[in-house]
Amino acid sequence: MTPEQVLQQWLDRRLDPAAGAWLRECAAGLAEGGSERELYRAVSLVARKLGKAPLALDGEALALAEQARPGWDPSRWSVDQAARVLLLLAAARDGDVFARRLEQLCVTADVDELVAFYRGLPLYPDPPRHRLRAAEGLRSNMSVVFEAVAHHNPYPAEQLPEEAWNQMVLKALFVGSALDPIVGLDRRANPTLARMLGDYAHERWAASRPVSPELWRCIGPFASGRLLADLGRVLETGTAPERAAGVLALRSCPDPEARRLLDRHPGWRDAVAAQGVDWKSAPQFH
Amino acid sequence: MRFIDPHIHMASRTTDDYERMKAAGIVAVIEPAFWMGQPRTNVGSFIDYLSSIVGWERFRASQFGIRHYCTIGLNSKEANNEALAEAVIDILPRYLSKEGVVAVGEIGYDDQTALEDKYYRAQLQLAREFEMLVMVHTPHRDKKAGTVRSMDVALEMGMAPGRVVIDHNNEETVRDVLDRGFWAAFTLYPHTKMGNERMVEIVRQYGSERIFIDSSADWGVSDPLAVPKTARLMLERGIAAKDVEATCYGNALAAYGQSGQMLESHWLADDNVDQRTLFEGNSVLRGQTPRVGAVPEGEQAVGALAFK
Repeated sequence: MTPEQVLQQWLDRRLDPAAGAWLRECAAGLAEGGSERELYRAVSLVARKLGKAPLALDGEALALAEQARPGWDPSRWSVDQAARVLLLLAAARDGDVFARRLEQLCVTADVDELVAFYRGLPLYPDPPRHRLRAAEGLRSNMSVVFEAVAHHNPYPAEQLPEEAWNQMVLKALFVGSALDPIVGLDRRANPTLARMLGDYAHERWAASRPVSPELWRCIGPFASGRLLADLGRVLETGTAPERAAGVLALRSCPDPEARRLLDRHPGWRDAVAAQGVDWKSAPQFH
Repeated sequence: MRFIDPHIHMASRTTDDYERMKAAGIVAVIEPAFWMGQPRTNVGSFIDYLSSIVGWERFRASQFGIRHYCTIGLNSKEANNEALAEAVIDILPRYLSKEGVVAVGEIGYDDQTALEDKYYRAQLQLAREFEMLVMVHTPHRDKKAGTVRSMDVALEMGMAPGRVVIDHNNEETVRDVLDRGFWAAFTLYPHTKMGNERMVEIVRQYGSERIFIDSSADWGVSDPLAVPKTARLMLERGIAAKDVEATCYGNALAAYGQSGQMLESHWLADDNVDQRTLFEGNSVLRGQTPRVGAVPEGEQAVGALAFK
């Protein structure tokens, strides 16, 4: 099944007959060459016609999603988001037409629409074409829009060039968004990002502001020299979650000095191991 | 007591205002699309403006715990630029069904020119097509005749009076508006519109049925606390609490709630579905956390009195 068919199936199950019929009629009309005005109107009416309940997908449905589009994670999608993406997909298969319409829709979108359009990124034809659109979403000052691109979305890891990727991770920290929901966080880690994050930690320390324990996750694999010294400082003076993060970062570091640092803090090293702390649970470690 | 300010241009206001409004008990606002002071020269400016009142401003308000709704329309002043007006009418359908859009508005007459009439009618037609309410701005000059004409044309275009809010009323217009079954809104705006004392007397005389008040605060000398301050004055002057509640909260909700877009549960229930996108206490993404902080003594007094 294609993602479009999968979305249709889920919505058929979730919607009452009248709402389902409205959506099917809109999608069919658009697939048969409906006008842009009809597309804009249908997309903006979705919330009023269908509501915004969670899609509430079960394990079977999520497995179907993975088959239809590897890496796609619709577990947090809602009815309106699924329907809006479905309408987009129904309206245009050609990459040029699709990209132009998406652009137009984004220009006049409300917040919920933006979230839907950005969550849909992994499903659109001609994926590389939407890189600038994704970067625009990451530029948003609305946290929900930023996170629609950055969280639970395989598109950035697959498509963003390193510079844009690094900016996304740094911005997530800057605005207080979690790093763990970023798909491909470890795979896309790189020395430049590690350097940028180290600088950011120093900036925060200089201002006596807290540093997210998650920051060290992207530093660990590339830590040496000054960055290792920073991790040493975290183990000496950090809060419990920071020290747990420091241990995890050092464990991922190939530099032999990392092991020596860990050995200097056997208490933290062993507690983290004994409790099975990972990056998801490190911020709650105490 | 909770308050709604059903006409206020928050895009022209500061975060201090949002904090003071929240502290004074305002739970929801309606931001009508209007004239920004500087005339716009192309439709792109309208697109960005309308996008901002359905998008950014709505989000910004949510950061301060205030629910933000809006109305979409071409204001009467700018209806006089015909080429621009045509282009704006073409893009309005793209906004009318957005989240939180409660009416077509504010539309109506300014100088009562032929072009203003043309685009007022065109937008009433849109309201019919999209099954929407209408918020009417009545003119500052030749007010009484302009108000009567606004209602005549709305009826002529097939609007039910109960789905039209006539705004910026005064002592001279209120009787006609109420007699004909429209909602009568009053703007508490220093110098040019109603003053608080006059408003108290209107409620004393006409009661509270289909009457409500707003601040229309914008980029001019105006007061985003006009609704709670007037509520306080009404209570002090012996207006019954139920009439104060109706004119400062309940009637605006009843009028604009007809859109289905503005529900009391939005601010009463913490677990509203919209929390998903708007109300999770996320920061406005500038590295600081806005919250309702310390409020100046005087403002707290306003809230405290109004809450009694």
